[in-house]
Amino acid sequence: MSAIRFTEQPLSHWMKTTGAESEIVISSRVRIARNLKQHPFPLLATNRHLEEVQDELKEVLDDPRFQVYGEIHPIELSGLDELNKKMLVEKHLISPNLANESRNGAVFISDDESLSIMVNEEDHLRIQCLYPGFQLKEAWEKATAVDDIFEDHVNFAFDDKRGYLTSCPTNVGTGLRASVMMHLPALVLTQQINRILSAVSQIGLTVRGIYGEGSEAMGNLFQISNQITLGQSEAEIIDNLRSVVLQIIGHEKAARERLIQESRLRVTDRVMRSFGILSHAAMIDSKEAAQRLSDVRLGVDLGLIEGLTPQCLNELMVLTQPGFLYNSYDGSVEPGEMDMYRARLIREKLGKV
Amino acid sequence: MLCQECGKRPASLHFSKIVNGDKSEYHLCEACAREKGELIPGTSGGFSIHNLLSGLLNFETVEQGKRAESPENLRCEVCGMTYSQFSKLGRFGCSSCYKYFNDRLDPLFKRVHGSTVHTGKVPVRVGGAIRTKRQIDDLKRRLQDSIDHEEFEAAAQLRDQIRELERQISE
Ligand SMILES: [Zn+2]
Ligand SMILES: [Zn+2]
Repeated sequence: MSAIRFTEQPLSHWMKTTGAESEIVISSRVRIARNLKQHPFPLLATNRHLEEVQDELKEVLDDPRFQVYGEIHPIELSGLDELNKKMLVEKHLISPNLANESRNGAVFISDDESLSIMVNEEDHLRIQCLYPGFQLKEAWEKATAVDDIFEDHVNFAFDDKRGYLTSCPTNVGTGLRASVMMHLPALVLTQQINRILSAVSQIGLTVRGIYGEGSEAMGNLFQISNQITLGQSEAEIIDNLRSVVLQIIGHEKAARERLIQESRLRVTDRVMRSFGILSHAAMIDSKEAAQRLSDVRLGVDLGLIEGLTPQCLNELMVLTQPGFLYNSYDGSVEPGEMDMYRARLIREKLGKV
Repeated sequence: MLCQECGKRPASLHFSKIVNGDKSEYHLCEACAREKGELIPGTSGGFSIHNLLSGLLNFETVEQGKRAESPENLRCEVCGMTYSQFSKLGRFGCSSCYKYFNDRLDPLFKRVHGSTVHTGKVPVRVGGAIRTKRQIDDLKRRLQDSIDHEEFEAAAQLRDQIRELERQISE
């Protein structure tokens, strides 16, 4: 089974649908880390051990309970070229760590790409569920159900006191990392963002901007996730994150309303200028593209631009990354020409509107 | 908000660290964060949580090394990782490392998580009793929560569930 079916289309099946609060929450992700008791963690494991881990975990896929998730495709990382690995990373189906550093790494991906199970990353098993919009609970329920299936077949490293034992001390206990990607342009424009983000970081959550090639947060996208995995139950972690995200959604909505009421003309001007630049530029770097796409997304959400869907913008977010860009033009992109091809691709997509 | 280190670039990384139960906040630009070797879980590239942990662990070694057993002698007998290797790498070699380094892990977990004991999911095959006890603890928390919110009907139901589980355990 090759990875081609997952890299030939930029949009995962799930990205074609929208979830709750999809004007502000792009996606919800839950990842749980597990290890097999009888093998050393991947850091120290021999290749022989890692092969056995892969085999043991792959066998579990035969459990009939997996059928509700559609077909699951096991892919060995060693069978992939660099470009396809990069594209799987850009779609968040595998981590950069699995792509670059794993030995005997593999990933099991469901047909709709909402479930991806990484093998021999930092831990033996990492179950990831990625849903559109604000669907943290749904993502957690699916991840834990998949965990239950694995648990019936293999012995996980578990300790009464410490919980699930992980390679890194920051994941011990629940092994759970839940994160929500949010688009917060109005909070950035009204300069409230830092106050809110610093409040969030005081209660055991981590916020980070989504970085591109530069060092600044790109496209007003922020990822909020739990920092603590030990001492809180899974339900507490999810509820805590959920309630914080709900509050941020409330602030962003209020800020958008105020922008429209108090500076409609200026916001419209900004949004339309960005739309104009994206539709006509001959060259655009990734940072500017992300910022302009953020403006246009805000314009769509506020009803200032018509005929453009959030899905089209999601697609552009993925397509304008280096791996997909390179692939779109059949590898004819020279390193210095990225900005030109990026501009061309965006023009073509927006030109259809 | 500007970066608290250089005061020039906008702070783009926000996180808190728990040290001996005290939380400190950090607001840094990425350049300064990288320079300081500060890290955030889940970041990629130049950042690594392991460097941060390594800092914490080494700090502890200096502080407590005199009275505690010399950490050089600490070694996981299953995978062979020594405590000093662990403190450099910030990662365990195998699940038994948790047992061999156990005495030194509480301070680390307190710093990273503010807590040392797992209260979440328990695998079915590990045993029904622990699982049921956890369930009871969880229900008790929810019971308190319903009482706080004056949701007495829900509270009554939770109380019955707790009684039923406690009966199962005592049998
Ligand atoms: Zn700085
Ligand atoms: Zn060990």
